[in-house]
Amino acid sequence: MELINFEATELRLGLPGSTEDHRDVKSTNSPVNSNKRSSPEMDSSVSDENDPSRSPPPTKAQVVGWPPVRSYRKNILQGKKSEPERGSGIYVKVSMDGAPYLRKVDLKVYKSYGELLKGLQAMFKCIIGLYSEREGYKSEYAPTYEDKDGDWMLLGDVPWDMFLPSCKRLRIMKSSEVIELTVSAFFFGRNKTTK
Amino acid sequence: MSKRLISGADQVLENVLENVLIFLTSRRDRNAVSLVCKSWCRAEAHTRSDLFIGNCYAVAPRRVTDRFKRLRSVYLKGKPRFADFSLMPADWGAHFTPWVYVMAGAYRALEKISLKRMLVTDDDLAVIAKSFKGFKELVLVCCEGFGARGLGVIATECRNLRVLELNEDEVLEDEFDWISCFPSDCTTSLESLCFDCLESPVNFEALEKLVARSPLLKKLRLNRHVSIQQLYRLTSLAPQLTDLGTGAFGLQDIIDPQQPAYQEPDHGHTFAACKSIVCLSGFRDLAHEYLPAIFPICANLTSLNLSYAHVDAQQLKSVIRHCHKLRIFWTLDSICDEGLQAVANACTDLRELRVFPTDPSENAEGPVSETGLLAVSLGCRKLQSILYFCQQMTNAAVIAMSNNCPDLEVFRLCIIGRYRPDWVTGQPMDEGFGAIVKNCKKLTRLAVSGLLTDRAFSYIGQYGKLVRTLSVAFAADGDTGLKYVLEGCTNLQKLEIRDSPFGDSGLQSGLHHFYNMRFVWLSSCRVTKQGCLEVARRLPKLVVEVFRRDEEDGGERGDFVNTLYMYRSLDGPRADAPQFVKIL
Repeated sequence: MELINFEATELRLGLPGSTEDHRDVKSTNSPVNSNKRSSPEMDSSVSDENDPSRSPPPTKAQVVGWPPVRSYRKNILQGKKSEPERGSGIYVKVSMDGAPYLRKVDLKVYKSYGELLKGLQAMFKCIIGLYSEREGYKSEYAPTYEDKDGDWMLLGDVPWDMFLPSCKRLRIMKSSEVIELTVSAFFFGRNKTTK
Repeated sequence: MSKRLISGADQVLENVLENVLIFLTSRRDRNAVSLVCKSWCRAEAHTRSDLFIGNCYAVAPRRVTDRFKRLRSVYLKGKPRFADFSLMPADWGAHFTPWVYVMAGAYRALEKISLKRMLVTDDDLAVIAKSFKGFKELVLVCCEGFGARGLGVIATECRNLRVLELNEDEVLEDEFDWISCFPSDCTTSLESLCFDCLESPVNFEALEKLVARSPLLKKLRLNRHVSIQQLYRLTSLAPQLTDLGTGAFGLQDIIDPQQPAYQEPDHGHTFAACKSIVCLSGFRDLAHEYLPAIFPICANLTSLNLSYAHVDAQQLKSVIRHCHKLRIFWTLDSICDEGLQAVANACTDLRELRVFPTDPSENAEGPVSETGLLAVSLGCRKLQSILYFCQQMTNAAVIAMSNNCPDLEVFRLCIIGRYRPDWVTGQPMDEGFGAIVKNCKKLTRLAVSGLLTDRAFSYIGQYGKLVRTLSVAFAADGDTGLKYVLEGCTNLQKLEIRDSPFGDSGLQSGLHHFYNMRFVWLSSCRVTKQGCLEVARRLPKLVVEVFRRDEEDGGERGDFVNTLYMYRSLDGPRADAPQFVKIL
């Protein structure tokens, strides 16, 4: 038998919400009773009782195989998001000198410069080398990027974590051209390319 | 079957019968014929050239080769459809290997093999290539286990190959250049080459040469690694194509140092020559500015698949308004209700529509809704088949469709948010689906969703007399729902149910019917092991499999079985069941 809710009729001098603790306890109790369907964590387990007042699961659940879209199709669509949506990927354009086509790459997929270079290499089927002050360029091509200030920088100059948010696009240049860039930077203070 | 002595007269009769039966092609008719008497059964077996086996475990390969001596074509299906949605553990089975070895020994003249949801290895493909000298057609749908090497053997050995179709298969990426394996010294007999599901790039130079020497090629479906420039080159070599999968339809691909400097190709001519194309698909990496290139052929199209491209309403309108002859249209919901209205306006002859979700998560913003469904029902009165993913729906729209589209045979509505009621009235979706089964007198396939009570299932049982396939997920109140279906749907063949409160008593109500069915699938329901054992005991020719999924966490479900998959079989339980599968 339920008692009258004295609290509701109670006259008090106090800020509204001062009985919050009490109310919270009540509200955390109710989902257990009213939602008879599977809790979101236990995917696809079924309730123990049939509750006519069922409601949808309170939170967004990752249910296996639902909706019934073939994983093949899901994978294709995952890779198709062209703009970064809700921080799902950092897509930047990649161009390579002498190549007619641009590619796009998701920087979020890589954890380091090494991995990124491997990915670019696979994409463009060439050997790209990281520039090293001492050794110069190990290969014919060198990777550069345009940062948010519009400057063209050599890949590897800054720590990876700093690089990620600042990279606007990538360009794989011929090594010889990179040297020109650094020279002009030395003299004129900025790296600019015609592209 | 052992030979027995029959009289001369009987033999003559059988020969006459055989000459008549040659003309019988429908497998249902043939099955009926074979039941008349032993003599007719023999005659039918001698003349059947196309064999369809809906469940590879329903019968052992040896039994097939004993009965049918002269097969030209075999179509085998393996795993049930829910396997596509990760509901079946890997290595469950459906191996093609035992079949290919037995058939290799028995059918020298086999020309065509079609497989769906089977595990096929490179070795199996090699056996096909080496055993059937006149082999002509290989069609693999939703299969896995093989790679490009296996394809290479087929290409090398099967000199009469007409059809090689890979359709939504998971092909191992072994980076083998199989396209170069086709004999290069002569023209080929290729009529159909489909590899749009292939994830790795193919050797384009070899592909170009292959297309150039395949004058009979009518159907060509490219994968996403073929750029629009490359497509242009192929279509100019094969203007006789009727079915084209365009590949990327965008700028893509690896650098070719021999390529001339980039030039904007004249897209007007790309398809101008291909007046015969009636079926268009692909667009796997669509660059939208190239979409107008297809305008010249839209008027001829009977089938258009844009479901791999994010096309918005405006872009769709520019295309669809030309497509007056369209019968089949597959799309993403990115076209929105507005796009669907455009489809309804332009495609009055539409028979099949599929709308796939761009964002498959629940509680997402749905770009299509009851508005789009209603529009389609008003514009496309001849609709026969619909698959529609959405976030919200109303009974009114579904009822309207049931009235506007009386020819519907396939109605599959997937309201992505589970247990969603009619969002306008707050009512369950019972009345909508009820109207569908009641008004669509030709309905054979139904998939339900949204908030549903037992009432929906009583409608299905009462009116769904022709329904052969029923898919249920997250529905109903209890056992009664299942009872209604099993007792009412007299033609039910395939029943796939997940996450619904159906238990043992519901299951028992189907005992009279299970032998007539291809299979029953119940996962995450409320059947117990005892209940399943009881079914197995009462129906000895039913193979009752019970298992769990690999990824299943959340502990034991107590007495409840995780997945029940059962099917009739002439040859008892299969020998290749993995450890986690228990056959009761």
